[in-house]
Amino acid sequence: MDDAAAGSRIDAEQVAKVAALARLRLDDGELERFTHQLADILDHAADIEALDLEGVEPMAHPVRIVNVLRADEPGAPLDRDEVLSQAPAAEDGQFRVPPVLGEAP
Amino acid sequence: MSVERALSGSPLPSAVETAAAVRAGHRSAVEVLGERLERITADEDRVHAFNLVTAERARAAAESVDARVAAGEDPGPLAGVPVAVKDNLCTQGVATTCSSRILAGWEPPYDATVVDRLQRAGAVVVGKTNLDEFAMGSSTEHSATGPTRNPHDLSRVPGGSSGGSAAAVAAGFAPIALGSDTGGSIRQPAALCGVVGVKPTYGLVSRLGLVAFGSSLDQVGPFAATVADAAVVCEVVGGHDPGDSTSLPGAFPSVVEHLDDGVDGLRVGLVTEMLGDGIAGDVAARVRAAAEALAAAGATVEEVSVPAVAYGLSAYYLVAPAEASSNLARYDGVRYGVRVDAPTAGEMMEASRTAGFGDEVKRRIMLGTYALSAGYYDAFYGKALRVRTLIRADFDAAYERFDVLVSPTSPTTAFAFGDKTADPLQMYLNDVCTIPTNLAGHPAASVPFGVGDDGLPVGVQVMAPALGEVAMFRTAAVLEASAGAS
Repeated sequence: MDDAAAGSRIDAEQVAKVAALARLRLDDGELERFTHQLADILDHAADIEALDLEGVEPMAHPVRIVNVLRADEPGAPLDRDEVLSQAPAAEDGQFRVPPVLGEAP
Repeated sequence: MSVERALSGSPLPSAVETAAAVRAGHRSAVEVLGERLERITADEDRVHAFNLVTAERARAAAESVDARVAAGEDPGPLAGVPVAVKDNLCTQGVATTCSSRILAGWEPPYDATVVDRLQRAGAVVVGKTNLDEFAMGSSTEHSATGPTRNPHDLSRVPGGSSGGSAAAVAAGFAPIALGSDTGGSIRQPAALCGVVGVKPTYGLVSRLGLVAFGSSLDQVGPFAATVADAAVVCEVVGGHDPGDSTSLPGAFPSVVEHLDDGVDGLRVGLVTEMLGDGIAGDVAARVRAAAEALAAAGATVEEVSVPAVAYGLSAYYLVAPAEASSNLARYDGVRYGVRVDAPTAGEMMEASRTAGFGDEVKRRIMLGTYALSAGYYDAFYGKALRVRTLIRADFDAAYERFDVLVSPTSPTTAFAFGDKTADPLQMYLNDVCTIPTNLAGHPAASVPFGVGDDGLPVGVQVMAPALGEVAMFRTAAVLEASAGAS
């Protein structure tokens, strides 16, 4: 991050890219506002960017439990119709979505 | 030293008193409920603590509690006690919105474990409380249903994100409420609304049915008017849940039986880093008064430095958004909630998320996506996880010398609407004292301790090492008893 000193930690192009990755659409005003706000927040985070953390283990989680397995016994699942009744669109016991590939029919 | 509330009405019985009266047959659950619904009818228009009041269901639940008492059964330790539930906890067949447009109309097919346990203990759910959308915020202003108002001063925020639950207890709508705390979302609103709020040790309370925000940080806990009520709720909702793979084995520590133990001989550390820059003078003065009260009650009190907490805010605002960006990927217009139609699935997902999420949620999703993206992962997310290790190590060092640590809960008393919404970083700074415990996975409570220069409540935070709930509750109980006296 050599441009950190310039204070432009993230620019509009990067924000637009991140928004696209997160499946969000921003208009021009939002893009400008969010770029400014995200840059402020990342500037604040510069304090940890500057820390020497060589040799410090990362901590992704406070509980050191791994691979919790339940007994391999069938239980009652949620009722399919009840779950599908909450979906925006369902058909034949499945979620219905618009075409995933190619042009719309 | 209580504040003249902006609302009418004298204090109603506590949860402990209510359950005792209902179990003994001296009061009916229906009558208890009626008393609270009356308060809601009188004041909810001005407070907006609730997204939904479930009066009819509550009446049916109260009637069933009364029927059990009449049949000679014991409905449980919260018999007939009304409870308000944060609207990011699943309630079967009852709308659960997270105060987001994207979940409008969604009715979960199951109850969160904590809701189920409350009901099995005889509690009566009166409604779903307002929050910052998906629990992201410190003022409840980021809610799609509009802000909640602080019952002590209706021109001020109640704090957040569990502002609705805090306000519901402060306004007397219910003696107890559930919230969730990812970076202070129980403790900070508790402080601003003058009630007790507890974030238990990570893993002590099930997250099954809590709509996920930051999965390595989220923890459910109680709001209450008294420390004893909060302790009872912890014991009821806490303990192992096989449905949550991060749930710790065993029951919640027995805190109720130690509430009267006092603090004689307890070692209390006053965190230096949380009393300096950025902490309002009147708030710091109350915290020092609290430390004196603990010393007067027999505790040894000293200042202690926990240096790495200074990096907590930065680490949190990388870790929590990173986890959120992943957790909120599920809102795609396919399985639940709102869909905005478009010709292809990809366009439909983008249109649904763009219309369904508010600005603060979008900010955090983008921040997290950025922190996790190629080229930045090591500089941001990777470093933040290492800072987390430092914070826990510094806490561990402090807890070799101290049983509990004390600080302000929030740097200021309740602020005015609109004060911080334009500048997200200013809003985030509200969480500077509460965030480190979430990063470490430790427990902490906020206890009201008098008022600031503006006459509004000040909360004192009591932190403890993992599973240190007994010492935390003992300290909280002494602070509660001495708050009126100093």
